[in-house]
Amino acid sequence: MTATVGQQAQAAARANDVWKVYGSGEAQVIALRGVSAEFERGRFTAIMGPSGSGKSTLMHCLAGLDSVTRGTVSIGETTVTGLGDGGLTKLRRDKVGFIFQQFNLLPTLTAKENILLPLSIAGRKPDPAWYDTVIDTVGLRDRLDHRPAQLSGGQQQRVACARALVSRPEVIFADEPTGNLDSRSGAEVLGFLRNSVREHGQTIVMVTHDPTAAAYADRVVFLADGQIVSELIEPTADTVLDTMKKLDTPAEVGN
Amino acid sequence: MFRATLKSLLARKVRLILSGLAVVLGVMFVSGAFVLTDTLGRSFDSVFADGFSEIDVNVAAKPKVEISELEGEQTASPLPAAVVDRVTQVPGVASATGIVNADGARVIGSNGKVVTSFGPPQLGENWTGESDLLQLREGRAPQAEDEIVINRALATTAKVQVGQKVGVLTAFESKKREFTLVGVAGYSGDRDSIGGVNEVFFTTPVAQRLMLGEPDTFSSVTVRAADGVSDEALRDDVARTLGADFEVKTGEQVAADASASLKEGLSFFNKILLGFAAVALLVGTFLILNTFSIIVAQRTRELALMRAIGASGRQIIGSVVLEAIAVGLIASVLGLAAGIGVGALLAFLFGKLAGGLTLAGIGVPAAAVIGSFAVGLVITVVAALLPALRASRIPPIAAMQDVATPDRPLTKVTVAGSLVTGIGAVLLFLGLSGNAGGQTLATILGGVLFAFIGVALLTPLISRPVVSLLGAIFSWSVPGKLGRLNSGRNPRRTAITAAALMVGIALVTGVTVILDSAKGSISALAQDTIKAELVISGQQGGPRPPSFDPGVLDRTKALPGVQLVDGEYGDMARIDGESTWVTASSDIASLRQIFGAKATAGDIDRLGPTQMLASSDTATSRGWSVGSTVNVQLTRGEARTYTVSGIYESTQLTNPVTLPATAAKDFAIPQPIQAFIQLAPGARVADVQPQVETLLADSPEVSVADRDAFIKQQTSQLDGLLTMIQILLALAIVIAVLGIINTLALSVLERTRELGLLRAIGLRRGQTMGMITVEAVVISVFGALLGVAVGTGLGAAVVEALKDEGITDLILPWGQMGVFLGLAAVIGVVAAVLPAVRAARINVLGAIAHD
Repeated sequence: MTATVGQQAQAAARANDVWKVYGSGEAQVIALRGVSAEFERGRFTAIMGPSGSGKSTLMHCLAGLDSVTRGTVSIGETTVTGLGDGGLTKLRRDKVGFIFQQFNLLPTLTAKENILLPLSIAGRKPDPAWYDTVIDTVGLRDRLDHRPAQLSGGQQQRVACARALVSRPEVIFADEPTGNLDSRSGAEVLGFLRNSVREHGQTIVMVTHDPTAAAYADRVVFLADGQIVSELIEPTADTVLDTMKKLDTPAEVGN
Repeated sequence: MFRATLKSLLARKVRLILSGLAVVLGVMFVSGAFVLTDTLGRSFDSVFADGFSEIDVNVAAKPKVEISELEGEQTASPLPAAVVDRVTQVPGVASATGIVNADGARVIGSNGKVVTSFGPPQLGENWTGESDLLQLREGRAPQAEDEIVINRALATTAKVQVGQKVGVLTAFESKKREFTLVGVAGYSGDRDSIGGVNEVFFTTPVAQRLMLGEPDTFSSVTVRAADGVSDEALRDDVARTLGADFEVKTGEQVAADASASLKEGLSFFNKILLGFAAVALLVGTFLILNTFSIIVAQRTRELALMRAIGASGRQIIGSVVLEAIAVGLIASVLGLAAGIGVGALLAFLFGKLAGGLTLAGIGVPAAAVIGSFAVGLVITVVAALLPALRASRIPPIAAMQDVATPDRPLTKVTVAGSLVTGIGAVLLFLGLSGNAGGQTLATILGGVLFAFIGVALLTPLISRPVVSLLGAIFSWSVPGKLGRLNSGRNPRRTAITAAALMVGIALVTGVTVILDSAKGSISALAQDTIKAELVISGQQGGPRPPSFDPGVLDRTKALPGVQLVDGEYGDMARIDGESTWVTASSDIASLRQIFGAKATAGDIDRLGPTQMLASSDTATSRGWSVGSTVNVQLTRGEARTYTVSGIYESTQLTNPVTLPATAAKDFAIPQPIQAFIQLAPGARVADVQPQVETLLADSPEVSVADRDAFIKQQTSQLDGLLTMIQILLALAIVIAVLGIINTLALSVLERTRELGLLRAIGLRRGQTMGMITVEAVVISVFGALLGVAVGTGLGAAVVEALKDEGITDLILPWGQMGVFLGLAAVIGVVAAVLPAVRAARINVLGAIAHD
């Protein structure tokens, strides 16, 4: 049986019986086995699971970065599955933002230019009020003219967050956003992500393997062996850790 | 987006400099060619405008045989002296002067050698007095039969002074005749000559006899208009009076026509230079393609990020192409500037070489500018298109994870390569077998181009085994082994880098194979055929072949030990309205015996005064058989009817048409230009040769050589051609070397972390440099190997196709090939220097932390 969680009409992203199979024959790997999940608008959801559980694959499929073998994925009103390159590009421009573990800023551009890059790619002007809000929230006003190399890791990741927020996407996907940061910088970034959800109604889906990071989320979805096996609402680091420990013995989780 | 592209371009400017440099060099070649030919063209214009500035209207007889600039100097037909009087009587004529002006007045310098000309004619003229243009600088005008005046340029070259006796060879006397130099002339504006022309001024009767061969004739009549009469009106009046047998032109027209014929030669020269520029640019294309591919590979993550945050595939292509446009534009500007410099420099050198041609100001013709930008931009953008397309296919997901870039299978590229090579082979076959339907040259060139691209596409496949084999030589040391493995790591990159070198080397090898084979075949044929122990001939320096006194022929024949003498004359004639090279032999029977000619029809042992012989090829193509009558117009005299009395078998050495000795007096050069001497059985070359030398004392343009030396001298002209082609192709090879440097530099950059690691675990600096050097040497030797192989193939194909033209022996220049491979190894070492130093300087700690 597949776990079906969070049935709500207000879904920002939705996976419906998603299968993902890599390779064929003996080299076949099933990364996702019929995952169905909804991610509500205006909430901060973490996806957790041990290595190889398929959590990153699920996120890539949700974001339209990877195709699904079976099932459908949609973001807002848009069905992602079956979109061509043009459709996917439009989707990434209008509805999706990304935050990466490696920050992925362009080294040649200043912080400000990096933040505005998605808008300039799409040929749009930033909304000045929202831009100011974002800059102030991430606290980078005095660093805007610096290049990434002149910024600390935490500052770089805040630039990346600002970049994701500034185009007000339907949903932001964050891939281990604190994986490369020390715990203080990590806490700053996570706090900032949670605030953007609470204060500005942003939807965020974050993949992580760090229980402390997951505790910042409103809800945690657990994956193991390509299936959703559990979820926690209003998690704490302890409850997350407990759940993670039980994942080794899936039978207990099933209850 | 635009801004991000430009910023990223600026950040990587060093990486793009080398690929830009390739475009700069190619564009330089293109714009240099245009600037050079334009400057020379305008210089000729001004030279001729100047030279004819004293002439309002010029009257000349229609030339009997029109000759293009590429075939030699036009010889005007003489007009009778009475024409001068008729012109003088035309109303509006202020004065009419009969002018003698013909090529072939050769002065013997103070060193006893004939002063040669590289291009401008050596004119013999009659002295008609000073003018605004021409003045005596020293001495006086020639008054007696044995007095001459020469221009200052000639006096300087010949190192002769007023008062000295000077030997001169003239158009009708290739035997030295002594004159007293009574004056030196120069031109207004303190010029020693106009356009580097050497001039000898005789008294009018002497000029008529020695330069035109007939008394009371002139080359032309120059007319000055009376005040208030326009040149054009006077021209029309004179033309009406004289009738249709004369060419009456204004001075301006004459200047324009003279200049136009030289410019025809220049435009041909320009095309050749552009052809070599095209080769350089083809090589440059490979280099740019490689650079952009590597840059795209290095930016995978960055480009994937762009895609992840919403850039479309088209925007990615746009950004790479935009980069290419920027590089192309900058390179075009630099190339254009460099080309203007090179063009100016070459024009200057040419002016010096041509005996002090006064250069017009350096101009930049529109063609140079348009050509530079078109070529620079198009080449760069075309070369960047493939990498751009590849960049657009980078999945956005690559921004999140190190997408393992699996070795893309080489199947597709191999199939494409085989296909393109096949097309090239078919085109080559069609072109070489003469089935291209009139587009032979274009088909062959297309075939070569396709073959190159096809082989370049196949190179990745070949590179694996070959590179690994080559590298095995170095595998005894750890750095050598690492270098070898590195060069096999990215077969496509190695392949394109090597392919760029291949193009240059292949062309040089191909041309060498063809020319060596031609040389060998002709030598072998000459050795087998020519039964003459001694040959009289001279080295041709300018447009006019050396000639000698025909009296030498009889005197040689009379020498003890000489059995047969065949003196040969040559000229361009019109036969039945078609330009044809004709020769005359002083003794047709000797010619037949010395060359062992075989008759295919009629009698070729004797020749009556109105009979002629033709080679079998010529007879076939012109539809002649024994008994055919043809109309022959020689440079001088009236057209005459000849009857074909015999046909001889064509070989590489036979002339198309042979006329009787009596015809030679109407040739442009009525003296023999070569003679073949067969010795009597038992006579020794060493005995006869000095005696012939003595006979030639008054004909310093020629000398007597034994047969081997003669054959060597004849075929040595091909060596000059080969050297020129090699020099012009050197640029393509230089660009290929830039390509190797570029690939290595980018590879070093890409492997910073890895190099740091190697250094961290104990690889010494020297070993690091050794590793890079091995990689470079392996790539360049591989490229040279490919080039030698492809070039040999192309050359052999051409030689095979030319079998019927007499190139029967395929001669492979093993020595040259060895030199190319050795050179490639050196090139590799040189190319490795900068990247190796860079690799050795890598900061170990920084490199490991490098992201």
